[in-house]
Amino acid sequence: MIILEPKPLEEVLTLAKGFESILIVGCDGCAGIYQVGGEKQAETMSTLLEMGKKLKEKINLKSEALTVLRQCDLRITATTLKPIVDKYQAILSLACGIGVQTIAQAFPEKIVIPGNDTKFIGMQDRELGKFLEFCRTCGECILFETGGICPITRCAKGLMNGPCGGMADGKCEVGDYTRDCAWFQIWEALKRQGRTELYKKFRLPRDRSFKAQPQEIK
Amino acid sequence: MGAIYKGRFIYTGEIEPLKTTDPTSVINVAKAHKGYVVACNVTDNPKSCGYMSSLVASYLIQKEVGMEAVYQITVRDRNRLALISDLLGAGALGIRNILVLSGDHTTLGDDPGAMPVFDLDSAQLVYMARKMVDDGVDLAGNKIEKPPKFHVGIAGNPNADPLEPELLKIKRKVDLGAEFLQTQVVFEIDPIKIFLEETTHFKIPILVGVFPCKSYGVAKFFDEHIPGVSVPTEFMEKLRKVDEITDKRARKQKIDEVNLIFFTNFIKEIKKTTNASGIHIMAVGYERLVKPLVEKLS
Repeated sequence: MIILEPKPLEEVLTLAKGFESILIVGCDGCAGIYQVGGEKQAETMSTLLEMGKKLKEKINLKSEALTVLRQCDLRITATTLKPIVDKYQAILSLACGIGVQTIAQAFPEKIVIPGNDTKFIGMQDRELGKFLEFCRTCGECILFETGGICPITRCAKGLMNGPCGGMADGKCEVGDYTRDCAWFQIWEALKRQGRTELYKKFRLPRDRSFKAQPQEIK
Repeated sequence: MGAIYKGRFIYTGEIEPLKTTDPTSVINVAKAHKGYVVACNVTDNPKSCGYMSSLVASYLIQKEVGMEAVYQITVRDRNRLALISDLLGAGALGIRNILVLSGDHTTLGDDPGAMPVFDLDSAQLVYMARKMVDDGVDLAGNKIEKPPKFHVGIAGNPNADPLEPELLKIKRKVDLGAEFLQTQVVFEIDPIKIFLEETTHFKIPILVGVFPCKSYGVAKFFDEHIPGVSVPTEFMEKLRKVDEITDKRARKQKIDEVNLIFFTNFIKEIKKTTNASGIHIMAVGYERLVKPLVEKLS
């Protein structure tokens, strides 16, 4: 999942300043599943914007809230929004950065306001009550040989041949030794699987040339 | 550092350049070590604080003081091009020893907003340094005209718990061509004995890291905030009592006395009961202790 964090309302109101009509577009994908940009959040945002603009700008905002099945898909997004988009001056997206850019591409004359900040690719750990980053899209997956734990992402330094000297009692120096050291977890996982040979392997420096942004795949 | 391979029990020191353009401090600390240690490590932005370049400071202590430098180089602040560049520069400036490290994470430093680089990790930097020295090429295989000549050192942590993954990590670096190892700080004999026994078969010289404590606060910091490091209670207690002395001069004298007794015994024990090649004295901000300590041990 793409993990998002709502922008503070103050910031959204600043970005929305001056507009008298705004279409609020949520997404039923990652944003909807993690309840930062689904149907309910879009409706709430509509109410909050109306109230905020009335208080701050004395503007009676015309707004409407809806969601798109997947805002990252240009065709779905364009088809869903086309019938109503002309009624609004601006569009506030509650999807990830891809959703914002998809709308901008589909309707180049419209101003798109991002309502969320896109944080990372990860998952929710319900026990910890946190969202955790799990993948940095490095493009060279080595999870098979690291016990299903990604060192590129979950090691604070992204080390390929860890751990570093900052590991103590299986914890990481980053976060004051409260977070697990990924390489310690890899060691434990490989031990459980009887595959510690893989831990001993030397991994060469990564070729970062194909990660030069913006990336493309045919 | 050549002495290390001749089987002599040796001492190395540590110099921390600071946030200044004034070279006086680095030079004075090097002078305080001269004649007592065979070389001094020069730290590379320790604790992720942006200080005077360790390469420049290494050059300064060699040129101005005649003190051999162990140029510490971390992978935290430079990508591979910058690392190659600095290593070539080090070669040009006559640096003969490098100590390859990961470096503390940027978020622990004096500007947590800095970008952590980690293009390579420390094992990969050992690999790259060896390619430069042995094969005369950089990481991509580009030829180096007049390749550098370095002894490549690494760090190891005897306090690591569990120890096995730490040992495997060290072995990986030794297999890649690391030539000597300096340990992180230890205050107790048992962990270092175990560590040295477990690393004997690597057949590289190992220097045990010790950290004389300028005050009770320093010892307390290690004991409470550095996981895995435990400072013996008796030593802590003696340091605490020194803190109670009100007269500054008497306190200074007493703190030196307490440190000299503890570290002389500790190092003697290491010399007697282990196969350590020497001691790496990290008397950071406490260089006045180096002379009496080494003299007492000679």
